[in-house]
Amino acid sequence: MQLHYDINKNQLLVLLDGEIDHHSSNQIRTEIDTAIYAHMPRTLIFDFQNVTFMDSSGIGLIMGRHKILRNLDSEIIIKQPSPQIARILRLSSMDRLAEIQINYPEEVIS
Amino acid sequence: MKFTNEFKCVFPAVSANEALARASLSAFLIPADPTAQELADLRTVISEAVTNAIVHGYRNSSGEVSICLRMLPDRVLYIRVSDKGCGIPDIQKAMEPLYTSVPEEERAGLGFAIMQEFTDNLHVRSTPNHGTTLTMRRKLGQIYAEE
Repeated sequence: MQLHYDINKNQLLVLLDGEIDHHSSNQIRTEIDTAIYAHMPRTLIFDFQNVTFMDSSGIGLIMGRHKILRNLDSEIIIKQPSPQIARILRLSSMDRLAEIQINYPEEVIS
Repeated sequence: MKFTNEFKCVFPAVSANEALARASLSAFLIPADPTAQELADLRTVISEAVTNAIVHGYRNSSGEVSICLRMLPDRVLYIRVSDKGCGIPDIQKAMEPLYTSVPEEERAGLGFAIMQEFTDNLHVRSTPNHGTTLTMRRKLGQIYAEE
């Protein structure tokens, strides 16, 4: 799992890459929390476009970051989850904790 | 139990092996020509089951996780994941969404909910201090809800 960050004004964008499971989420958690406390963003954006797998460990990861961000009075946006990850987010009612932005390419929709 | 193919393996209960379990399932399932969603669902299911064994069964202490995959007649995939860990004292409580026995681990408590959603049936057999065995079945080629 590789993380790339883009910090723009009060936004911290985390570009996740690869598989999010119990194993990788421990490392992701440590790295993201370091970045959160370093930048104190108003908005944390998880970009999921390069995430190929996520199980409920990813939900635990988002719930934990939501708790931190709520204390900073900040919010979470989840961008571009795959259809499978979108199902898991829906099943876990993550839309209550975060804004989920899904834009599938037009050829998939038509 | 009649089956057309079977795969068994045993590995140490370490988190790096969660990816190994998913890869084994993919390799076993591909000849049965699953849809992309079936493959994704079942990879999620085995990942949840193996993670449960490591995190809850062994509480990150050492032990072994066993997997058995079988392709039964009529394209039914059978998955069994077992550990010899601490067992589940109250299975009903463990299956409640959002319940977790390790709050300090930042678990969502959704493992069983996801396994139930993505399989046709899930059976849990557990004896405190002796371990837990999960068995699940999913028939391929069905229309599943959503998407």
